[in-house]
Amino acid sequence: MRVKLQHVAHTRSGDKGNTSNIMVIAYEPEFYPLLKAQLTAEKFKAFYSGTVKGEVLRYEVDALGALNFVAHGALGGGVSRSLCLDNYGKALSAAVLGFEIEVPEALQGKLRGT
Amino acid sequence: MAKTIRIGSGAAWWGDRVEPAILNAERGDLDYLCFETMAEATISAAQVRARRDPSFPGYDTYLDARISGVLPGCLRRGTKIITNQGWINPDAAAERIVHWLRENGAKGVKVASVNGALITDRVLELTTTILENGKPTASLEPDLVSAEVYLGAEPIVEALKAGAQIVVTGRVADPSLFLAPMMYEFGWDPLDHLHLGAGNGIGHLMECGAQVTGGYFSDPGFKDVPEPWNLAFPIAEVSPDGSCVLSKVAGTGGAINLMTVKEQCLYEVHDPANYITPDVVVDFTTIRLEQVGPDRVRVSGISGKPRTPTLKVSLGCTEGYIGEDMFFYAGPGALRRAQLAKKILEERFKIVKLQAEDLRIDFLGVNAIHGEMSPTGGPEPYEVAVRVAARTKTKEEAIKIGREVDGMAVSGVGHTGKRVPHQDRFREIIGVWSSLVARDKVHPSINYFVS
Repeated sequence: MRVKLQHVAHTRSGDKGNTSNIMVIAYEPEFYPLLKAQLTAEKFKAFYSGTVKGEVLRYEVDALGALNFVAHGALGGGVSRSLCLDNYGKALSAAVLGFEIEVPEALQGKLRGT
Repeated sequence: MAKTIRIGSGAAWWGDRVEPAILNAERGDLDYLCFETMAEATISAAQVRARRDPSFPGYDTYLDARISGVLPGCLRRGTKIITNQGWINPDAAAERIVHWLRENGAKGVKVASVNGALITDRVLELTTTILENGKPTASLEPDLVSAEVYLGAEPIVEALKAGAQIVVTGRVADPSLFLAPMMYEFGWDPLDHLHLGAGNGIGHLMECGAQVTGGYFSDPGFKDVPEPWNLAFPIAEVSPDGSCVLSKVAGTGGAINLMTVKEQCLYEVHDPANYITPDVVVDFTTIRLEQVGPDRVRVSGISGKPRTPTLKVSLGCTEGYIGEDMFFYAGPGALRRAQLAKKILEERFKIVKLQAEDLRIDFLGVNAIHGEMSPTGGPEPYEVAVRVAARTKTKEEAIKIGREVDGMAVSGVGHTGKRVPHQDRFREIIGVWSSLVARDKVHPSINYFVS
């Protein structure tokens, strides 16, 4: 079954210069391999197409069941130069909650939220 | 050597709430209370303000509220205070703190100010390359406002060894404010990268205050916390081995759980195995988290690697202006009227020959936050704000944005909702660039003041 990422993981973004890091953290240990396999750096960059202008790097942090996406060129030149109302990109981490992910039926009972 | 020490957060940024700091001072049973009050552009903005406003003392504009609020509790408990509220004038901040000590009847309390982070007059000799774009730092010379090094924990440790009960600094790396008391109390050597990595990692979890106690976290139905209007700032109960338990004052809202700690662990981190700070390179990939009680998470296993031979420098430069304004549509057809308004503005900007380096006309409620990636073809929004922003070289060009939005009041589209301007609709940009400076070229100095 395909579900939105919000049922599988929680996210937070942080800013440094013109780069936003967006971490995606599995709600359950069983969800982490699904994230690793399906939410690649390429898929992430395509999902944020037009908004993230530069390279996207992905770091895996197995100890936290988390992926850390480092998105260059995501903040309109940097916090002080950005013309975006959300110049820190604090809401940027919410977009990926809508990324669709394939989850085995057996894990349906573990999905978060309604 | 101390068994465990209790370190509390007093602020995560300049605009943070004061009342949780007072709560930590009164009821946190703290050995140390640490305040982090700066953002990337804070120093440069303070330099610009100081040039224009001779009455601006150059330190945290909320220093009086913060320090006068926490001093009674801190003096009663013997809690030491470490704070970067000194901004561009740590000496003046220390003198002001002495004033508040005297107001509280505290005599003989030693306050230390840490200077030496500001290197504006030497930065072009000491640095070569801008990290963000590879150009020479010398190219920034005409517009340079301020340059400051991110100092580490060592000068704070030195001040504590000299008997300071309150240490006020200029620019210091955020986690170093929290690492310093651990180094002092546990006798960690500045080159002991394993302990410093662990301690700095704890500092990283603490420096954003409520972001680890349930702030910047709630999402109804998915991640709920109790009483999100009543958050506490965190407390770290740190052991000499560099592990800790994160907790907060009982009876407050929010939560400390594995989710809040995980989210904060990677906040503003790029490579989790190599988080570079002035004191040590932190490795978060070996972290272990364990919920050991309600709102209590044990953190262990954070590691470290030897510090780099360089320190980071921030260079703040004036880079022109941003002009911005908004107006509104609502009801059936709100979006089509907003779209016509956008077309009118685009034509108007040609007529008035707007010279902009970048221009955005967004529909707030449709695409103003996530930009180009925002979905199209969704349901028609009931309300839309048209938000216009441009980045320009001169103030005269930036002012055109507000002036053209003014024109939309009587010369625009039907049903245009428009504010009468009640504030400036342009602001100066202070852009921040980064470079590296050799560690041995930076010489922090400490001054002492006694109440």
